[in-house]
Amino acid sequence: MTWTTLQTAMAEQGYIASGDLAMALHLSLSLGRPLLLEGAAGVGKTEVARVLAAVQDTQLIRLQCYEGLDAAQAIYEWNYQRQLLAIRAASEDGETGKTVEARIFSDEFLLERPLLKAIRQDKAPVLLIDEIDRADEEFEAYLLEILSEFQVTIPEMGTISATTRPMVILTANGTRDLSDALRRRCLYAHVPYPDLETELSILVTRYPDITDRLCAQIVAFVQSLRKQELEKKPGIAEMLDFAAALMGLGVADLTEDPAILHATLATLLKTQRDRDAIPTEIAQRLAGKAA
Amino acid sequence: MTRVTKFAARDPGPAARMAGFVAHLRDNGLRLGVGETGLALQALAQINAANPNDARRALKSVFTGCAEEAAQFDGLFNSFWMNGGRVKTRMMPTATPSQSDNIQSTREARGETSGSSGDISTPDGGTGEAESDGEGKLVATDVANLFKKDLRDLVQPEDIAEAEQIALRLGAALRDRRSRRRKAARKGDQIHFRKVMRQSLATGGEPFTLPKRQRPDRTLRITAICDVSGSMTVYSRIFLAFLAGLMRADARADAYLFHTRLVRITEALRDKDALRALARLSLLADGFAGGSRIGDSLDSFAATYGRRFVDNRTVVMILSDGYDTGAPERISDALVRLKQRGCKIIWLNPLKGWDGYAPTARAMAGALPHLDLFRAANTLDDLAALETELARL
Repeated sequence: MTWTTLQTAMAEQGYIASGDLAMALHLSLSLGRPLLLEGAAGVGKTEVARVLAAVQDTQLIRLQCYEGLDAAQAIYEWNYQRQLLAIRAASEDGETGKTVEARIFSDEFLLERPLLKAIRQDKAPVLLIDEIDRADEEFEAYLLEILSEFQVTIPEMGTISATTRPMVILTANGTRDLSDALRRRCLYAHVPYPDLETELSILVTRYPDITDRLCAQIVAFVQSLRKQELEKKPGIAEMLDFAAALMGLGVADLTEDPAILHATLATLLKTQRDRDAIPTEIAQRLAGKAA
Repeated sequence: MTRVTKFAARDPGPAARMAGFVAHLRDNGLRLGVGETGLALQALAQINAANPNDARRALKSVFTGCAEEAAQFDGLFNSFWMNGGRVKTRMMPTATPSQSDNIQSTREARGETSGSSGDISTPDGGTGEAESDGEGKLVATDVANLFKKDLRDLVQPEDIAEAEQIALRLGAALRDRRSRRRKAARKGDQIHFRKVMRQSLATGGEPFTLPKRQRPDRTLRITAICDVSGSMTVYSRIFLAFLAGLMRADARADAYLFHTRLVRITEALRDKDALRALARLSLLADGFAGGSRIGDSLDSFAATYGRRFVDNRTVVMILSDGYDTGAPERISDALVRLKQRGCKIIWLNPLKGWDGYAPTARAMAGALPHLDLFRAANTLDDLAALETELARL
């Protein structure tokens, strides 16, 4: 598969990828390197992994990172309650210590968490490590080890090597800077807000029955809104919500009713300061320009 | 469209060209190792490398690592590979002798750019370090003071002892930052099941003891950056004593001074003898009580030491009055960069203690939105009073 066929395949799944992104994904697949995607919230970083899994016809395994994420939630955990029960039951049956130990530290009592699960699949899955910058640095270091070796050591069971190498996608949106070591290990693609044409085709792909006129107005309006000084710029998901809201209200032209425009802005502007920054008059002026 | 660079006939091959390109990128500030060159060649094998656009995209994903580098990359790519058909012999790594290897003079190596300051024949705008009357425009706070001031005159050992106590208490207040990752502990709030299992094996599956686990307190590091420019002279005594105390109380703390440039004073202040520490500091703080360039100093901190020493378990404490001779945006930009590393920023401003003070200094106004705490401090008592505030951070 070349990168252009990958791009087309993703478009068929409803994701319009830029050339840079498609190339980075293609290389990541063919070189077996993890791919780090960076960009503002709401530009479709997480969606890339979902679509890629669909294109590859494989499973998507997702690890959502947060501060304090530790090995027990990311890699594996023993099912302690079952282990305790098994030990009690064994002592009733008169089972010896050795066999009990072998039994309770076996696969049956192991709870797989995303990272372990990802390396034990028959078919290479897509492993999405979402918002890696939210996890703390200790975890980042641990992740580095897994991403280079693709093996996990469980003291009671020994080392588990990957049956298949998962396709790894990491996303970050700049909560903190990532370590250079992690950046160096990964291929990199920056996902910007889409340009006018890309965004138009995203909107048409998602809502095929939207009128050309409204479609062009919505995209031009959202794009001009992103140029304003806002705390949280509207992403693609917000743009799609906005379009859905307008279509649901049966609006054919963005400028026809200021009250509706003002009300539907709730789908785009998500903080009080941003709402204040774009009063109805400015919204109308932007809509007028878009039309 | 720009034309593809023609390489010399003696060109040793694509691998050498790639090495030349990596050298070109390194020259432009991208941090790349040997591994990336190999990876780039592998990447080109996977695509149609004859298509410049494909090659550009492939190399971009390999060589860049953050948004700024990605934005810069296309220009760098074009300047190397699409050089309008000019023959580029000097881009071969073997054909470019490293200047520093055989030329000793620093002036030669730096070329034209070294003439920006301190040159006898070209007076500059008075922003450099040692000019006295470059263009006859002598702005007092803009010029570094070269008279050496002995800090031992300023700071008394008793102050340091008192400051040490305060620094200890502040450090303890900051220590109380809980982690969400749990560790085994004698009196924990959760049962440590892994240990329960292990220990119960010895007693035939009967869990006699219940080991606990708890969120450990993670220490926060204090990184103090102290302004010792002319406008701060009266407060320097207190702040330097505080820094000296802090360094002695907390082995992980870090301290910096700035006036027109930034100096790391951690090592000097760790000297066992308090007075000798100050003597060493006097040597380092050349330019003490001169002009202040807060923006530039913070910016260079964010770009150099900040990258190594500041993380999400750091509190950056800035001791300054916020009177800056540079552009006010520089300060807020630098603070944003620091903030991105996940640290907390505290600004202690001696002037805030004055009646009716509003952060009118433009620099201060720009910095305010990025601060976690903005307080007055011009005596050791004020610093001691911070304890409760810091505990709440």
